[in-house]
Amino acid sequence: MHNINGGIHPGRNADTPRPATKRPELTMLSRTADSLYWVSRYVERAEYLARILDATTRLTNLPHAYGGAGTEWQSAVSTAGCEEAFAKAYGEANERNVCDFLTFNPDNHSSIRNCLALARSNARAVRTALTSEMWDALNGAWLELQRFEKKRMDREEFARFLEWVKNVSLVFDGSAYRTMLRDDGYWFSRLGVYVERADNTARILDVKYHVLLPANEQVGGSLDYFQWTTVLREVSALTAYHWVYREAVKPLLIADLLILNRRMPRSLASCYENISRFLDALGDAYGRQGPAQRQARKTLANLNNTRIDDIFQHGLHEFISDFITENNRLGGTIIEQYLQ
Amino acid sequence: MVAFDEMTGSGSDIRPAYAELDRWLKEAPPETLALRRSQAELFFRRIGITFAVYGDEESTERLIPFDIIPRVLTKPEWTKLEAGLRQRVTALNMFLADVYGPKECLKAGIIPPDLVYGNACYQLEMVDFQVPHGIYCHIAGIDVVRVDADTFYVLEDNARTPSGVSYMMENREVMLRLFPELFATHRVAPVDNYPDQLLATLRSVAPRSAPSDPSICLLTPGQFNSAFYEHSFLADKLGVELVEGSDLLVKDDVVYMRTTQGPKRVDVIYRRIDDDFIDPLVFRGDSVLGVPGLIGAYKAGNVTLANAVGTGVADDKAVYSYMPEIVKFFTGEEPILKNVPTWRCREPEANAYVLDNLEKLVVKEVNGSGGYGMLVGPHANKAQIESFRKKLKASPEGFIAQPTLALSTCPTFVASGVAPRHVDLRPYVLSGANGISCVPGGLTRVALKEGSLVVNSSQGGGTKDTWVLDA
Amino acid sequence: MRIRISHSISYAYAEPARHITQILRLTPRDHDGQHVMSWRIEPTVDGRLRAGQDPYGNLIHTFSADGPIATLAIQVSGLIETTDLAGIVRGGIERVPPEVFRRDTLLSAPDEALRNFALETTREARTPLARMHALMDALHEEMTCQEPADRIGIGAAAAFAAREGIAQDLAHVFMACARHLGLPARYVSGYVAESQSLPHASGAHAWAEVHLDDYGWIGFDCANGLCPIDTHVRIASGLDYSDAAPVRGARKGGDGERLSVVVSARQAAGFQANQ
Repeated sequence: MHNINGGIHPGRNADTPRPATKRPELTMLSRTADSLYWVSRYVERAEYLARILDATTRLTNLPHAYGGAGTEWQSAVSTAGCEEAFAKAYGEANERNVCDFLTFNPDNHSSIRNCLALARSNARAVRTALTSEMWDALNGAWLELQRFEKKRMDREEFARFLEWVKNVSLVFDGSAYRTMLRDDGYWFSRLGVYVERADNTARILDVKYHVLLPANEQVGGSLDYFQWTTVLREVSALTAYHWVYREAVKPLLIADLLILNRRMPRSLASCYENISRFLDALGDAYGRQGPAQRQARKTLANLNNTRIDDIFQHGLHEFISDFITENNRLGGTIIEQYLQ
Repeated sequence: MVAFDEMTGSGSDIRPAYAELDRWLKEAPPETLALRRSQAELFFRRIGITFAVYGDEESTERLIPFDIIPRVLTKPEWTKLEAGLRQRVTALNMFLADVYGPKECLKAGIIPPDLVYGNACYQLEMVDFQVPHGIYCHIAGIDVVRVDADTFYVLEDNARTPSGVSYMMENREVMLRLFPELFATHRVAPVDNYPDQLLATLRSVAPRSAPSDPSICLLTPGQFNSAFYEHSFLADKLGVELVEGSDLLVKDDVVYMRTTQGPKRVDVIYRRIDDDFIDPLVFRGDSVLGVPGLIGAYKAGNVTLANAVGTGVADDKAVYSYMPEIVKFFTGEEPILKNVPTWRCREPEANAYVLDNLEKLVVKEVNGSGGYGMLVGPHANKAQIESFRKKLKASPEGFIAQPTLALSTCPTFVASGVAPRHVDLRPYVLSGANGISCVPGGLTRVALKEGSLVVNSSQGGGTKDTWVLDA
Repeated sequence: MRIRISHSISYAYAEPARHITQILRLTPRDHDGQHVMSWRIEPTVDGRLRAGQDPYGNLIHTFSADGPIATLAIQVSGLIETTDLAGIVRGGIERVPPEVFRRDTLLSAPDEALRNFALETTREARTPLARMHALMDALHEEMTCQEPADRIGIGAAAAFAAREGIAQDLAHVFMACARHLGLPARYVSGYVAESQSLPHASGAHAWAEVHLDDYGWIGFDCANGLCPIDTHVRIASGLDYSDAAPVRGARKGGDGERLSVVVSARQAAGFQANQ
């Protein structure tokens, strides 16, 4: 059996780099780069959706005395950034509707199902630019997803499904990290991860900023603890928080962790450190810097030179809104500069 | 009608080329063979060879069945066949240069002018245009069938964008992995140099203005095309970019690829998009697959298209029936490969005969392909025959008819064990400024249904590895 | 007749186009029935405009420009001197043998109904020319010609089934029938000067031409029910509309295209012709 499984892979593979004569200069089709970028973005987004659903389920399962305003499911839809589409498709934001909308609904452009489908079809279009490990991860996920889709899921099964989605992202990310040649293809794929991740973290902050405001700390008291930990869970940072700050959960520190702390892999600062790094790699390899590099550096400098107190003083909400706009603009600039 | 069997000939004695294979088949335990078959299937699934079948919504990606028993040709058989293929493809290219140029064959009455002028594949854009290096059909797939020990017929010339060569190569790869012992006892001519030959062919036909290391790409209609796997396979083996129409842009009659470093010039395009869709400014305006301005760049001599535009006029089924005369006219030689006798329904006497003998004949649509629009008389029911009778009466010029050939059979694994199934063969012939080349063998297609003569993969056909024994 | 033509084709894009390429078939050629006295084509956007010919011998211009382009207009104007030759087209350039024009195309393929109609309406006629006249008269009678505003062609079979269409459709219907009767037929795009005797057309127009052994190419205008006279200015011809379309274009970007066309073709007063 081994002779088959170890078979030839029709792809540019980490094990079989193309002879230098075939790619004398580092350059690739814009469409290929575009697909690599979007494959990563969609996989990252699928994982993010799974985390939102997971954290929201936890929050709503608390006894009422600990819970919030009962608007957790609406808040999940907002965090996922698809309020308008949801309102059109459903009326009430309850567990069933929201879970359905964010997981398998084919009409929701950004449901987990569609994210994985789009990731796979982008990957399929540029298969030779992926390693076989990356392709296997996506193709396998797509086949498995169809099995999940057919099942009637109880809560337990649903939890398993969300775990599985996170796992798909881990496997895909790991395959990319371990098997891709470190050239422009890899850098575009990484850019997709971090632009999407920055957007996701910022969205959570955008929707939940009010529970992090100092005023709330006094008013809500310990009741807000669960709101705060939900924010941390959504970016899988609850444990990290304790390691970093070694004190009780406080909104100011949550914001610090998610925005400015470069040790935290989902923080905006960490995302921009990576974005800037990979854009610089592209600029060096291509021998030309452009607006994307300049924009990313500016945002990174801004994050590095700001203290969390300043942010709160000038308005957390404004800061986050501006960031989301800037991050979107950078996405557009990357597309314009390289991908079309 | 008893068909010639590749293994036993017309009697029951094993032909020498199959002797070793026969012994092996008899000795190998059935479980081993069954295991190897499932391993082969697993292999194909893994590497992702799939084939999209039009009109089959259930699964847009399906596997073409692979049969592990190879089809064997001896060196002398192949040598003769190859000479015939080279002659045929030479004639096809000369014919194309002539109908788009001086039209000597029309003047000499070799073929009725309206068959050329009235043919939708005769591209007016190509008239009096000098294609780079005078070559039109760079990649041809000539379908041949065998009827006895000495006779091969050409069933069809594929001069547009013949597919299947990836199966030829993958079939060999699988066989090498699964049956190393068979290759130890047979000296099988290799096929894995096909991409090198193809690349050399494409490089040789670059425009004269192109640099000595021309930039080549493979143009695909995209991932939803049935042959997309093959396109990506070939691009990878050739080491060239796989591009879609939207990846290319034309500026001042020069073609460029859109890359992350800006536009990069393209000199040769191995295109797997049909003429009709290749440039929306000139051909079908609703095509989103093509490249606006490509024909302008082509005619300015700044890019080579392989195959050239307009080669379809040479593989038209109505033109096919004139191929023996065409070969003779252009090469001055007797055709080495025979044509299947063909009734041209456009001729009233021929059509009358065809209408009287529908249940015995194979009727083909002149513009059909892939086994669609075809009547196999002996296997058709009354309703099918009557529906073709109606079509033949309404537009006879749209059809040709041929006798039902006794395509040779080859031992094949089926549910009941090993049994003879009908096969054909598609060798691939490359024509460049560097001459003609043809890897030994080609793709053997097999009709898996008992008695069936339709080998097309879209109609339930499978494939086999094809061995040319080197001495 | 002297005919002054002005034709303006304007595009506006909601999102500016990054690149535009167009092939313009907007320039007439001389033949015995028409002489081009002056002719200009001017795009309102800077770009490359190259003159050339297509396989039929039509004069074409290839226009290409880089964006951002928010609006683009192609302005055409000229003066033509015409003579009534009862529809016969002679003394022009013919690059393609008539046999080519027996092919069916996407837009001009007949269906069963059209094939029957072609045979029935021409059964009585004795010569090919008489058959074509009978066909034209019957179609003129049978079909309603619509104003082109905001309408696009729907192809011969669909138009015939609806018994109405724009001039382009009527030309395709006629061609489908003529080809079914074994005669080479082609599509012609052009202009028709305003005239009281032609109720159904002015400005941009389309008709068909049939090749008859004894006469060569002859025009048949089903919309007006006559063979082209000195009101007709011939621009381009081909197997169907797509070969003779005034503009064929492709663009990158430029979503939300809005098109507006203004055409005028009028008999020129004497003093204008001398300017």
